[in-house]
Amino acid sequence: MSVRHALLALLSDGPKYGLQLRQEFEESTGQIWPLNVGQVYTTLQRLERDELIESDDRGEEAGPQNVFRITATGRKELDAWLSTPPDMTSPPRDELVIKVLAALRVPGVSVRDVIQVHRRYVVQLMQQWTRLKEDEAAFDLTFALVADAELLRLDSVVRWLDAADGRLQRAALDAPPAGTPGPLIRRRLVARR
Amino acid sequence: MTYLELHGVSKTYGNGAGEVHALADVDLAVDRGSLVAVMGPSGSGKSTLLTIAGSLEEPTSGDVVIDGRSLATMSRNDKARLRRRTVGYVFQEFNLLAGLTAAENVSLPLELDGVAPKKAHLAGMAVLDGLGLADRASHYPDELSGGERQRVAIARAIVGERSLLLADEPSGALDSMNGEAVMRMILAACHRGVAAMVVTHDAQLASWADKVVFIRDGRVVDHTVPPPAPESFLAELPAPRR
Repeated sequence: MSVRHALLALLSDGPKYGLQLRQEFEESTGQIWPLNVGQVYTTLQRLERDELIESDDRGEEAGPQNVFRITATGRKELDAWLSTPPDMTSPPRDELVIKVLAALRVPGVSVRDVIQVHRRYVVQLMQQWTRLKEDEAAFDLTFALVADAELLRLDSVVRWLDAADGRLQRAALDAPPAGTPGPLIRRRLVARR
Repeated sequence: MTYLELHGVSKTYGNGAGEVHALADVDLAVDRGSLVAVMGPSGSGKSTLLTIAGSLEEPTSGDVVIDGRSLATMSRNDKARLRRRTVGYVFQEFNLLAGLTAAENVSLPLELDGVAPKKAHLAGMAVLDGLGLADRASHYPDELSGGERQRVAIARAIVGERSLLLADEPSGALDSMNGEAVMRMILAACHRGVAAMVVTHDAQLASWADKVVFIRDGRVVDHTVPPPAPESFLAELPAPRR
């Protein structure tokens, strides 16, 4: 979550006080990511330093009395950020994936049990998000969007665990005899290094 | 209060070398007013579990108890009556009768149970109305969207005094918003006191349940614990980065 760009987005429809920005930030993220005042003013100072925003009281430290507005450079930065997809090209170093891969190497550990521990944990997290969504009257559109994003992200983790579980089961059934060369894909990965 | 109980339920198909153990020594309980999801991959035995819980199939060993009554000691007629009056089933394929309107599909179980057609129709309409489907009552299944068809199937499953709802992948073929609508309906039935069990491979669907039971190779291997209050969960979420 880029607080910097979220603040620029909030300033795009008019000048605002710092406290107002903090309140609108929390509302616009469904109150999932609370911000402290210090965080807001530090970020505003940096934005002002980079000439992406300006305040009425130039030269003074950003504070409650200041009104902030976005500059033309800030607007350009915001537009560029909105239309630039985040870098998703390389797989993240996912600790869950690493744990399952590591479990494969540890004698006496059931990888399927390791998978189940994580599956249960993630499903429990999903239950909590769904409970928050349950009372439709109690949440607004922004909260529903945040909750959906989190549920889909967690769902993809469960799907990977299910796929890993199925793949391990199949691999156990089709285990090659000892001394068989490694799979082609691994040799290719090694060759590319 | 527990409404549905499975005690040591096992199911074996075939015999000798071709013997397949679909379920092995399954214990499970569903309270009145609660939703339990049974989650597992294809072939894990979850659909067999559902059909045995709903008395559509006999276990090889073990017992199913519904509202304090053991199915093992029940006559065939009593079991048929239980299926007609107490248990509602929802399947992925909706299973609505194509030649009947939505209202006729919903009231059919009551008519089959001997309720007068007019009274059955009124009861069916009341359920459809409660689910926001009154304006679709005179439509035939092929005139309804997938989401509407599944909602009619749920209306049929809860019409009358049914107190046990059993659903097999009820949102399987639907998009996420229709799937959510279906789960909200099942949950609303639970809030009215219905005990519900949903079997699924889908974590999003299972996450609507009060408790998720994990099944693997015909055995219950794990279950979730009741989550903390939503407020404390929200309070512990990490702060954003700058």
